[in-house]
Amino acid sequence: MTTIMTDVLVIGAGLAGERTAVEAAAHGNQVIILSLVPPRRSHSVAAQGGMQAALGNMARSAGDSPDVHFEDTVKGADWGCEQDVARLFVNLAPVAIRQMAHWGVPWSRVVPGPKRLPSGEIVEESAEKEGLIAARNFGGTKKWRACFCSDGTGHSLLYTMDNVALQLGVQVHDRTEALALIHDGSRCYGAIVRDLRNGELRTYLARATVIATGGYGRIYGQSTNAVINDGTGMALALETGVVPLGNMEAVQFHPTGVVPGDILVTEGCRGDGGYLLDKDEHRFMPDYEPEKKELASRDVVSRRMIHHVRQGHGVESAYGPHLWLDIRHLGQEHIETYLRDVADICRDFLGIDPVHQPIPVRPTQHYSMGGVRTDIGGRAYGLAGLYAAGEAACWDLHGFNRLGGNSVAETVVMGMVVGRSVAQDLVGSDFSFPDAPVRSAKAQVEQRLPALTTYGLEYVWALRQQMSAILMEKVGVFRNGRELVTAVEELQELQERAERLGLRSTGRGPNPELSAALRLPGMIRLAITIAYGALQRTESRGSHYREDYPARDDALWLRRTLATWPAEADLPRLSYEPVKITELPPGERGYGETREAAKKEGARG
Amino acid sequence: MANRTLTFSVFRFNPYDPDFGPRMQEYIVEETPRMTLFTALTLIREEMDPSLQFDFVCRSAVCGSCAMLVNGHPRLACRTRTDELPAKIVLHPLPFFRLIGDLSVDTGSWFAEMAHRVESWVHTTETFDPDAEEARMSNDQALSVYELERCIECGCCVAACATAQMRDDFLGATGLLRIARFWIDPRDQRTDADFYDVVGTDAGVFGCVGLLACHDYCPKNLPLMEQLAYLRRRVMFASLRSAVGKKERQPEEQEATR
Ligand SMILES: Cc1cc2nc3c(=O)[nH]c(=O)nc-3n(C[C@H](O)[C@H](O)[C@H](O)COP(=O)(O)OP(=O)(O)OC[C@H]3O[C@@H](n4cnc5c(N)ncnc54)[C@H](O)[C@@H]3O)c2cc1C
Ligand code: FES
Repeated sequence: MTTIMTDVLVIGAGLAGERTAVEAAAHGNQVIILSLVPPRRSHSVAAQGGMQAALGNMARSAGDSPDVHFEDTVKGADWGCEQDVARLFVNLAPVAIRQMAHWGVPWSRVVPGPKRLPSGEIVEESAEKEGLIAARNFGGTKKWRACFCSDGTGHSLLYTMDNVALQLGVQVHDRTEALALIHDGSRCYGAIVRDLRNGELRTYLARATVIATGGYGRIYGQSTNAVINDGTGMALALETGVVPLGNMEAVQFHPTGVVPGDILVTEGCRGDGGYLLDKDEHRFMPDYEPEKKELASRDVVSRRMIHHVRQGHGVESAYGPHLWLDIRHLGQEHIETYLRDVADICRDFLGIDPVHQPIPVRPTQHYSMGGVRTDIGGRAYGLAGLYAAGEAACWDLHGFNRLGGNSVAETVVMGMVVGRSVAQDLVGSDFSFPDAPVRSAKAQVEQRLPALTTYGLEYVWALRQQMSAILMEKVGVFRNGRELVTAVEELQELQERAERLGLRSTGRGPNPELSAALRLPGMIRLAITIAYGALQRTESRGSHYREDYPARDDALWLRRTLATWPAEADLPRLSYEPVKITELPPGERGYGETREAAKKEGARG
Repeated sequence: MANRTLTFSVFRFNPYDPDFGPRMQEYIVEETPRMTLFTALTLIREEMDPSLQFDFVCRSAVCGSCAMLVNGHPRLACRTRTDELPAKIVLHPLPFFRLIGDLSVDTGSWFAEMAHRVESWVHTTETFDPDAEEARMSNDQALSVYELERCIECGCCVAACATAQMRDDFLGATGLLRIARFWIDPRDQRTDADFYDVVGTDAGVFGCVGLLACHDYCPKNLPLMEQLAYLRRRVMFASLRSAVGKKERQPEEQEATR
């Protein structure tokens, strides 16, 4: 097995991984990035909507500041986030966005003069702000704060980030997959990696290892995430037995994935004034949320939609019931200019024209708030020399619900912070790479290969589909104790069956069945961790909604779940840590929901 | 609409499997409404042949991973609905790029190399000041840079290009577009002469023989034809200017970049 040494090994070439790599390299470290795909194909490229940063350049963002952004973020998180992290984040977001502009991102800019909003109101953009970075409206925020590049924010950000990485000589080893971390229970020394071009295994030894592998969306059957988002990085951390994952039960659903295909159509549709309609073309959101209407936070909108469908108002289709997203009244010009990607999606993938027809949508898994638990500097709990960034991490900026536009912002802000931590920690750090952990990590991977190719009757994609269906049905937008117990049991059964996986093909070279089979056991463990954490959390908070415990319970649950998976165990071990409240004591989110739930429960808000 | 029975004829080759020579393999699939090649190929892999290699990532035409020859034409497979195609669908990997296996090709290495050659980043001597307001830019200017940055590096333009088939150092429409993107960016301080060095060669804009298959096949409808013409003009001016010894940007251009 070839061995490659480097100062810093970043696993993941999305925005978070590349931003971390750039920061570490700028401090003089040798950096190698691993990625399943060429960096620019990472899932970050798909973020269409925008990046939150309190610049306050628009008429509708007058008075915005990091303080207001902080408040939106903490409320959005339903007080589940770390407030010191949120403070650091909101203060750095404007710096990060301006730096991206300096590096070449063509942010849309303020055009002075009157502008008619879809509601008919006229706002006057100030001449003083002409040419500064513009912003638009996004769900769950007080001010217009989502900065954007036409319809391709993530695209421009990722391309620019990759340009800078190239400029700084960061090496990217694409088409590689980390399969195990090398560690001795107290320090991480790199990873065992499979080359997806030829199937060979390699050892990467690194003084610092960063997990930036993005979300796990694909363990759910219906997800807006790219098809490579299997959560492998989180699974690797869990596999160590000592690194905890935080708040895995916090899973966000996006209200508008198209049916079929689950391709996301951006929040911007509703931000710009789009409506949600039911089978009678009735606009139902104002009935539930008179103030915020379609712009209430994602978890609230998703639940209202599922509820409305359960009341029999969904549109029947071959793919199950759905609702309509209607942007017809925004007009052709607006749609072609600002929502061009949405128009393309509808025409190309659904064969419908959103200028004249409503779009079939339903809530779809969208974002993983949970992940590898880190401190405020991005250092993973449990292992020195291990860090995490971006969606794979639980830094914990998002608590139980992430605001639209906050996660792209998090990738670049956190990347900057983690890159600095890495650089700091490496100054004067001096240790040698012990043999034993390298050998044991190699053995761990190598012993799985012959087992897969020689015996085993279980078929990887059959098990995978069952896992997805269990999560979607029982660990989705609405949850309850009874179904969660069943979900955990069923997933454990799958876990056992996954020990008997066998390949139907030869497994030679970059064989996709082998890749999937190597990933599946880790994915099932993530699924169990989500379901088990959700079962134990007997309250509703943000996107975690328990029908049997509809109220938030701060007395008991103002805590973060930490899950580790001890060797040989068949369930994760859960422990809890307090949530850090530094500025804003728990209160109402002002989304309507808490109050209603409290009434039902007869409890306080 | 009565659903059809589709016959997929797919190019197969795994260079790492000695028992597996290059050949075409057929799969029969029942068409469902709004089926795309992503849906169909995923179904084939999961239900018929788990060894089949192909590259989908976003499955929504934004990441550029899935270009292949569909009945002979380079296209994004994820954005191709089967109802646009006849019942017999022939799939080959994208030509020009190194084959990894079956329908999977190594576009990533080619594009990384291209980015190196054109030094695909903003060249500036200005340092970033974290305390300063962002430098201003007109929205029109931002939009025109964005317009040239929309390329998703799928490789369709290069795969369709006659010049690229003959000289493998040709930058292709995508490489030339990348240069144009930085050339018009007011933040990039490279001079016309700098750009000329990269683009004013037969591997650059003079290699293009004007067949413009790139323009026809670009799945993002990028203005490749206009950009190639624009670059040619700019390169001509740049070469004229350098002939008379003026390497700097012209004053009126500097004005325009404010
Ligand atoms: C459709 C869509 C639209 C979105 N729009 C917005 C938006 O408008 N605003 C916003 O703020 N957020 C948005 N988000 C969320 C946001 O895009 C993501 O959270 C963010 O881009 C994640 O970035 P990342 O760098 O953490 O991970 P990713 O971009 O997912 O990158 C993960 C990287 O890890 C690599 N990798 C994974 N596993 C391994 C392994 N085992 N070995 C080696 N490499 C590995 C992958 O190859 C990839 O390079 C959107 C999400 C979706 C699904
Ligand atoms: S899969 Fe991303 S473009 Fe087709």
